[in-house]
Amino acid sequence: MKKSLLVLTTLALGISLAACGKNDNSNNASNNGASSSAPASAAVSGAFSAAGSTALQPLVDQASKKFMDLNKDVTITVNGGGSGAGLSQVSEGTVQIGNSDVFAEEKLKDADAEKAKALVDHQVAVVSIAAVSNKDVGVDNLTKAQLVDIFTGKVSNWKDVGGKDQKIVLVNRPASSGTRATFENFALGAKSEDLPDSITEDASGTVRKLVSETPGAIGYLALSYLDDTIQALKYEGVDPTAENVASGTYPVWAYEHMYTKGQPEGAVKAFLDYMLSDEIQGTDVKDLGYIPVSDMKVTRDVEGKVTNK
Amino acid sequence: MNMTQTRPAADAIAKDGRGKFPKHKLEELRGRGYVMFCVLLLIVIIFSIVYFIASRGLTPFASQGVSVGEMLGGLKWAPEADTPRFGALPFLFGSFATSLLAAVIAAPLGICAAIFMTEMMPKVGKNILQPAIELLAGVPSVVYGFVGLSVIVPFLRDVFPGQGVGILAGGIVLSVMILPTITTVATDALRSLPAGLKEGSYALGATRWQTISRLVIPTTLPSLMTGVVLGIARAFGEALAVQMVIGNAPHIPHSLTQSAATLTSIITLSMGNTTSGSLHNNALWSLALILLIMTFLFVFVVRLLERRVKHA
Repeated sequence: MKKSLLVLTTLALGISLAACGKNDNSNNASNNGASSSAPASAAVSGAFSAAGSTALQPLVDQASKKFMDLNKDVTITVNGGGSGAGLSQVSEGTVQIGNSDVFAEEKLKDADAEKAKALVDHQVAVVSIAAVSNKDVGVDNLTKAQLVDIFTGKVSNWKDVGGKDQKIVLVNRPASSGTRATFENFALGAKSEDLPDSITEDASGTVRKLVSETPGAIGYLALSYLDDTIQALKYEGVDPTAENVASGTYPVWAYEHMYTKGQPEGAVKAFLDYMLSDEIQGTDVKDLGYIPVSDMKVTRDVEGKVTNK
Repeated sequence: MNMTQTRPAADAIAKDGRGKFPKHKLEELRGRGYVMFCVLLLIVIIFSIVYFIASRGLTPFASQGVSVGEMLGGLKWAPEADTPRFGALPFLFGSFATSLLAAVIAAPLGICAAIFMTEMMPKVGKNILQPAIELLAGVPSVVYGFVGLSVIVPFLRDVFPGQGVGILAGGIVLSVMILPTITTVATDALRSLPAGLKEGSYALGATRWQTISRLVIPTTLPSLMTGVVLGIARAFGEALAVQMVIGNAPHIPHSLTQSAATLTSIITLSMGNTTSGSLHNNALWSLALILLIMTFLFVFVVRLLERRVKHA
């Protein structure tokens, strides 16, 4: 009995593995077909997949469903996995679109710099990040210098930045996280270290829960995750709102990128065009808490240089 | 099971001498071929997993300038810094501390539950307690993590100094997760104890408690320990639930309620955010390789314990 069960499990495992392998192949094959045979002008068809940033995933997911309703012959698979995984997979050709919170040049460095050059950037939305704190810290505004002091451990009590006499608890993101990179680049202006006693969580929902429940906690979240269980802190006196981001007065924001290897064709191109159309930018982007790229009155390049449009 | 049952029948047909290629030989061949195929597939799968992890995990040492000594003994983990550092000792410490703590909490509970189910009230045990404990094994780990984050962490935060996250929270969550493993193995061990031994003890006038503490437990101790080691191995490899409650600060904590990290929690936290082939990503594979080697060691310990059972 036990033996036959073992055999059965082995078989099931083998089959599922084989199925996985097959799936990958058919994906690739069908994409090749899509990019070479589908005429760009007429109705598009084919199957392709997008993977990467979990921050961008809800938007791509929702847009892909709408797109598939309009184009019955197109199948789009949207997966998470993280910005790094998205960029690796698109440059290896495992997926056709790699979603990322950061510029590919920031992740694919040194030996991999060549890979970044082969990727074409499509900026589909802007995400802004706000410093958030527990509601009872007695502070609602922090300057850049104060934030740096807090996240480097120089200041460990809220009374030193004008709040209550309470220990500061850092709720950080992993060093590799795109959200952390954005926060460090544009709010702190420097890299921060992981301090003893700090909490590190990857999921925005977990960060929000910990910040709302832990006395004296401070963290940072994308604007779409803000709610009334936590307090969004002003940065240099500026409220973190979509309007302030669009006008360029609130600096802590980053583009959400969808990378393709080389110029997109066929169904992939049609989908990326759809992502940038008013149909998505005007409704879904705003509904899900992102800021449409077209609303931005400023632009920013890889080096972080901001210019007025 | 099937093969042994069909053999006499097949032999009978063979004696009749019907057909040039007897049916039982075909069956024999088919059965053997099928089993060999599965075993080969299994070996290939295991080998490729080990090869994959090892090839990625050894790259930082082989060509990216990280020394084994730094990885195993270094205290500082800063993979994205300008001069990256890869000291994994805090994670090794965190993994061992949480798994051992989990075993310390779960072993008495599991073994006592097993004694209750086999020696004291077999009927209640078999019909109610055992299914209830086995149910724990079917709960997804993210649920444990979320319960830990919503119940245990706030409780520890109120009772002890610190933020509630840490090795204690991780150990408590893991202890519930490994309870089914320890209990099941212990129950099997106690059930397989020859009834004559216990009857002899009772016949000599020993009470039930004397029988349990001086005869049942010492005789089955190696098997009980096997269950505990299997539990520790399971706790060592658990990632998601621990990651949610341990805090993930890459430092050796000074207390049980201070933020710490384990090998698995750091891997799940950063794997998706790094690009494959980058130094950070390969260093995470090195952590996975360390985990794999630790699991091999646990399997080895279990084998040693099993040998002791046979000698006893």
